[in-house]
Amino acid sequence: MDITRFISTHRKLLLVGFLVLILIFITTLPLYARASDVRVLTTILIYVVLAVSWALFSGTTGYMSLAPAAFFGLGIYTMALLQKELPFFLIIPIGGLVSFAFAVLIGLVTLRLRGIYFAIFTFGLVVFMTEIIQFLETRLWHKHGQAIIPIDNETLLYTMLVLVVVTVLATYFIRRSRYGLALLSIGGNEEAAEHMGINTTRTKVLIFAISSMFMGAAGVIAAPSLLYVNATIAFSVFYSFMPIFMAIFGGMGQVYGPVIGAVIFGYLEKTLRAQLYSYFMLGFGIIMVVVILFLPNGIVGLVPMLQSKLGGLMARLRKGEQGEQHANT
Amino acid sequence: MRILEGQGVTKYFGGLAAVSNVDFHVDQGEIMGMIGPNGAGKTTLFNLISAALPLSSGEIRFKGQKLNGLKPHQICKKGVSRTFQETKVFANMPVLQNVSVGAFFGTPTRISTADAVREVTQALEFVGLSAMSATPVKDLTLVDQKRVEVARALATKPEVLLLDELMAGLNPAEVSEAMELVTRIRDKGITIFMVEHVMKAIMGICERIMMLHHGEKIAEGTPQEIAANKTVIEIYLGEETHAGS
Repeated sequence: MDITRFISTHRKLLLVGFLVLILIFITTLPLYARASDVRVLTTILIYVVLAVSWALFSGTTGYMSLAPAAFFGLGIYTMALLQKELPFFLIIPIGGLVSFAFAVLIGLVTLRLRGIYFAIFTFGLVVFMTEIIQFLETRLWHKHGQAIIPIDNETLLYTMLVLVVVTVLATYFIRRSRYGLALLSIGGNEEAAEHMGINTTRTKVLIFAISSMFMGAAGVIAAPSLLYVNATIAFSVFYSFMPIFMAIFGGMGQVYGPVIGAVIFGYLEKTLRAQLYSYFMLGFGIIMVVVILFLPNGIVGLVPMLQSKLGGLMARLRKGEQGEQHANT
Repeated sequence: MRILEGQGVTKYFGGLAAVSNVDFHVDQGEIMGMIGPNGAGKTTLFNLISAALPLSSGEIRFKGQKLNGLKPHQICKKGVSRTFQETKVFANMPVLQNVSVGAFFGTPTRISTADAVREVTQALEFVGLSAMSATPVKDLTLVDQKRVEVARALATKPEVLLLDELMAGLNPAEVSEAMELVTRIRDKGITIFMVEHVMKAIMGICERIMMLHHGEKIAEGTPQEIAANKTVIEIYLGEETHAGS
């Protein structure tokens, strides 16, 4: 009883304390962990950025974008092409802006498509990007793929951490703002949203572009640890589907849903995939089915569900106690 | 003063004229009714006014300004709001949030959060939904969902409100309540243009009525004039009265 009261009254304080602990854990990890662990953590952070920014647009509006890989890959290639011309920290915002601009263009053309058509188009976009880069490389640049100069693990971890913080904060504030309300109402009923004074086209394109910007920036930071990329590696559809699975698995009602989904899935993927690849994919499929069938609000939705169940149980127990007391007196 | 008027309003779907060369006007402060059999083009005319559909030809003016070429969100900001025949609510959002959308985005100038909250509270109170502000709209009955739509439209601070079959599917007691609600909205100074099939309602509260048939306007006048009009009786009222309403 006292513990639950303590938690509810000091909720904000506890949350901040918890986040600080996580930040301390991540920043100090390179001091005592193996290099491979640092790389695993960096990969997980990449997934966090992709899942959170995907859910910002698709989770709220219901427009199922399968394009994360296109913008992520664009970031990777921005890094590959500019690495010798510009410093790393300058390429990150450039990668973001390239993806932003490309997303505005794509958004203006395609966001009038709804439902399955939009999903198919964005999927096609990933394939198209692969083809166009392959064409450029074989016909114009006369080389296959690009070598990328490695950057040390710590730098990559810390820059990715900064990007995670920026992405999560931006998403949090967008969702809390009027834009958040506009996005939800577009997801609820786009025609009604438009008739209630929301410039739906502008809202959709802008948020789609912002979410793509984070994916592009993530691509830039992810590139150095790949050492070598070609079109099929950079624009792998894997990067489109993983964030979606993670966001659905975690739950899209809150900002932290996709974060939790990405952390759990990213960790399992990185640690189990190497040894038990086929089992991993099998387990992955089963978990997805179970989550979609029984947890419509994702793994995050488990907490309120358990809370209400436990609360009911507690109330019944307490009633039972009182009943006994009455019986005794 | 004519607050809303249309001249030669025409809409083709392929070769079919859904609305054909219709002239109409709505005076400031009145309740204007529109009747007509199913498929007469009533909702299409509303869709043309609210810019859900582009005009094929003709012109619609609001307070003397042309509305042609504007987007629905711009029409709403100008002061023409609407409800839908088949309710288009944000089903998963609570009542309060539904109405907030209208308050935050529907007004011509950017509104502060405090003002929006006040606007929403007033609108909810006005339609009698204050007690349900936290309920998800999908859990409401049809009549309450329609109230949400009205509150949402009112929160945009409209000068003209288009009501598309507000009373369809309501029982007689609910119809009386809705009639009272519409009158109260008019008394606030909001001009009303309503499509309705429920004759008792439209005859009871409208100052003027127009009738569409096959996309053309075939009659216009006071409720008495409409009730006495031979063509109207032939096409429409005859069946309705026999149907027992």
